[in-house]
Amino acid sequence: MKTAETDKELAISGTSLCKAFRRSSGDTVHALDHVSLAIQHGTLTALVGPDGAGKTTMLRMVAGLITPDAGKLAVLGINVTDDPQQIQSRISYMPQKFGLYEDLSVQENLDLYADLHGVTSEAKNLRYAQLMDMTNLAPFMGRLAGRLSGGMKQKLGLACTLVRSPELLLLDEPTVGVDPLSRRELWEIILRLVKDENLTVLMSTAYLDEAERCNHAVVLNQGKVLVQSPPSGVRELADDRVFLVAPHAGQPARSLQAQCFDDAGIVDAVPEGGLVRFVLGSGNINGGGSNATPGPLPSLLSGLAVKPVPARFEDGFMLLLHHQGDKAEPVSVGALGKNVPVDKGHREVVIEVTDLVKKFGLFTAVDHVSFKVCRGEIFGLLGPNGAGKTTTFRMLCGLLAATAGSLRVAGEDLRVARATARQRIGYVAQKFALYGQLSVLENLEFFASAYGLRGRRKRDRIEWALQHFELSQLAKLPSEQLPGGYKQRLAMAAALLHEPEILFLDEPTSGADPLARREFWRRITAFAEQGVTVIVTTHFMEEAEYCDHALIQDAGRLLAQGTPAEIRLLAYSRDGHRPSMEDAFIAIVEQSRTKAATATKDAA
Amino acid sequence: MKQSSQTEYNSLSSQIRRIAALVRKESRQMLRDPSTILIGVMMPALLIFIFGFGLSLDVKNVPIALVLEHRSTEADELAAGFELSPYFHTTLLTSMPAAQQLMNERKVDGVVRIRQNFSRQLAFNNAEAEVLVHGSDANYARIVEGYAQGAVSQSLMRKRAEEMGTDIGPVIIHNQTWFNKNNDSHFFLVPGLIVLIMTLIGALLTALLMAREWEQGTLEAIFVTPVRVGEILLGKIIPYFGLGVIGLALCILAAQFLFHVPLRGSLAVLAVSSMLYLLVALGMGLLISAATKNQFLACQIAIIVSYLPAMMLSGFLFDIRSMPAAVRMITRVLPARYYNELLQTIFLAGDIWSIIIPDLIIVAGMATAFLSLARIKTKKKLG
Repeated sequence: MKTAETDKELAISGTSLCKAFRRSSGDTVHALDHVSLAIQHGTLTALVGPDGAGKTTMLRMVAGLITPDAGKLAVLGINVTDDPQQIQSRISYMPQKFGLYEDLSVQENLDLYADLHGVTSEAKNLRYAQLMDMTNLAPFMGRLAGRLSGGMKQKLGLACTLVRSPELLLLDEPTVGVDPLSRRELWEIILRLVKDENLTVLMSTAYLDEAERCNHAVVLNQGKVLVQSPPSGVRELADDRVFLVAPHAGQPARSLQAQCFDDAGIVDAVPEGGLVRFVLGSGNINGGGSNATPGPLPSLLSGLAVKPVPARFEDGFMLLLHHQGDKAEPVSVGALGKNVPVDKGHREVVIEVTDLVKKFGLFTAVDHVSFKVCRGEIFGLLGPNGAGKTTTFRMLCGLLAATAGSLRVAGEDLRVARATARQRIGYVAQKFALYGQLSVLENLEFFASAYGLRGRRKRDRIEWALQHFELSQLAKLPSEQLPGGYKQRLAMAAALLHEPEILFLDEPTSGADPLARREFWRRITAFAEQGVTVIVTTHFMEEAEYCDHALIQDAGRLLAQGTPAEIRLLAYSRDGHRPSMEDAFIAIVEQSRTKAATATKDAA
Repeated sequence: MKQSSQTEYNSLSSQIRRIAALVRKESRQMLRDPSTILIGVMMPALLIFIFGFGLSLDVKNVPIALVLEHRSTEADELAAGFELSPYFHTTLLTSMPAAQQLMNERKVDGVVRIRQNFSRQLAFNNAEAEVLVHGSDANYARIVEGYAQGAVSQSLMRKRAEEMGTDIGPVIIHNQTWFNKNNDSHFFLVPGLIVLIMTLIGALLTALLMAREWEQGTLEAIFVTPVRVGEILLGKIIPYFGLGVIGLALCILAAQFLFHVPLRGSLAVLAVSSMLYLLVALGMGLLISAATKNQFLACQIAIIVSYLPAMMLSGFLFDIRSMPAAVRMITRVLPARYYNELLQTIFLAGDIWSIIIPDLIIVAGMATAFLSLARIKTKKKLG
């Protein structure tokens, strides 16, 4: 039994918290279902869980913005229902849609928050210097917040919450949509504050590697707490269950990964450096991994070199969700129709880009980029925010005219035959670009007609989409009410109705939870196997492992190109251990930036 | 330590500091956001332009056909009266079918028909001129009809007076319009215009901007600071009140120097009533945004409950006394009605306290009601 005395020592102490919302359709969603949690002062806690787990509701409740239906919640020893204002005065909160005023400058945003928090001007000067040092925003003080890149916006959002040292800092997915470099910078700031100022931080995140860096992790699923422990507690669940396996000679890692993923005995599988990392399941992981024994190796791996590796937080997390009955289901893609499986011997080039340049006035967004993509390949376009990926994408889809260079897509020169080329491509935009008020079926019908499908073919294709994206049950639901992952499926189904040869996906997994991301990639690899060429951008570097080839772009220039293994090799020399895709990416981009900086310094 | 920081947040000086920060932020946004300038400055300018110059309820140069089925001195005189009038642009015809043709093509808006027996009838003192009016626009038709009838009867009267050998006819109608001697429609359009502009700035613009903060999540972040709801609302009210006062000043200047509308009451009364009404409009705008939290919806509702009534039911375009009883009842709850009445009185009649004082009390009551409702409805809560 906890006494009131110990409760006071906790930064957050919640008992049996409940919160239900009513959807417009009438059914009730239990966002939080008897959640209890205890968070110590001076700790960094991660709130992890799939979409709809209740993470944002939890954070808003702690901030006093949502009243619990039942249960007791004390923040800094104050009951949230009694005096939310006192809590709000003493804590800081960065919502998912961070509250920056886009038409105010960096300085003006900071000043606003400093004034609201009553920071004196001497204290302000001292603090600003410190914040500028951490965020490197000093050169942009006069710039409007709306003109900052995604990563810089997040840093400014964080800086605004830190104009004074809060007694508790709440961050709602602060690293979503942020490139690996900015993500690492954000993390440096947070870790430094926890260390230097003994700050208490509660943050929600979709990146499981981030949870690993926290003192404490709370795993939420469908409004319930699954585990509350140090990250090692979750990691240990997967001990002795994680292995790396090498595929057969000539077999791409992702096709073995797909097989593993579909196997009932395997909980999770991802490609990693040309190998496949998988987590072995078992009948029972109840009460923490130690007393349940891992199952046997599945027969599909016989004859392959399997070696055990240490578990990660993510492995334990997947195991936990699997135990809850959440595994991304095996995906059947069905015949795509006219697309024929790839003839491995004959590599037909479907996209050829030579010396591509795009200028917006004086600004060069894409600077002499060249690459080739073969039929049936998955090609990754990687780069920090503002690297020119989306611009390149738009040119490839014929949405934007190139300033110079040549672009051939599906055999058509895009400079003269955009319309014909467009018939053969499918495009899924970064934001959900379907009609929210139309039902799933109506959206599909609209897009089928827009692509010129008629009669029997139209019916067949819509039937195919509903069946293979498992949307039949939801066909009548307005698409804005679809759960996150299903929206993504619908967007992809709509882009594939006219059986395009090439599929363009712009940050398809941004903000998606690990399960949705696994399922998404399972589909993509299946399409590629049927001869669809896929071009994809992502901020999750480990997802680049699914690609046959990838390129890294920064400030419009091409920095590296090759297979994931080749790209990783470029960063090998730095220190002894095998770099991850993310390490390689950061190393390559930083190297080029330092070079550019010294070049300008020399010129000056 | 914690206790002291708590009192620090509650002190008046820190409250003022927070409000000042919000006002500063709002004013900067106002100056940078083209849509604010569009609604706050361009819309009033456009309204002044359209209502002031384009929409005039005075009728001039109305195209009419004058059908003279019979020529005589008397008929010609009557025709000359029409031709010389600044209100009409006449086409002389000799037969009715031709006039009908012009009417059908809407080349003329009225026909004055002088029949065969006009002179004879005139001799018997019961002369008639037929006036046909194009009725597609009833308002306009009534005005044209009135003018034409006036012109005919005047001419007949003059004629008779001459016959009697005196300068004074048997009846002389002395027509005088009080408060608006020239019957210039700007006199009542301009005060109405001020009502519209104050409503636009106060209700529509504020509802939109506050709803935008809800929608974009900026309020969510602001909420988790020492700031109070009242301070957030004041941070919105103060700058838009300022913008409204600027709009008001522009309108008064335009009224005086562009349209030469007299200001018979005092400027102070005008300013007080306008400021009170501005508070009503701001309260409505804030209430609407707190209830909808969505820009599109807020805009729709603000137009329906504030702007359209201010235009249609305030007595600005249509006289309240000629409305059906049910609609008249509705106008009683409309703040715009009282403000319009106040403005018309102050501009055209003077400081008539028996009208001004009750109206001011009602407007002040409404301002208090709307602002308090907005304060109650705006909560630091989500979902």
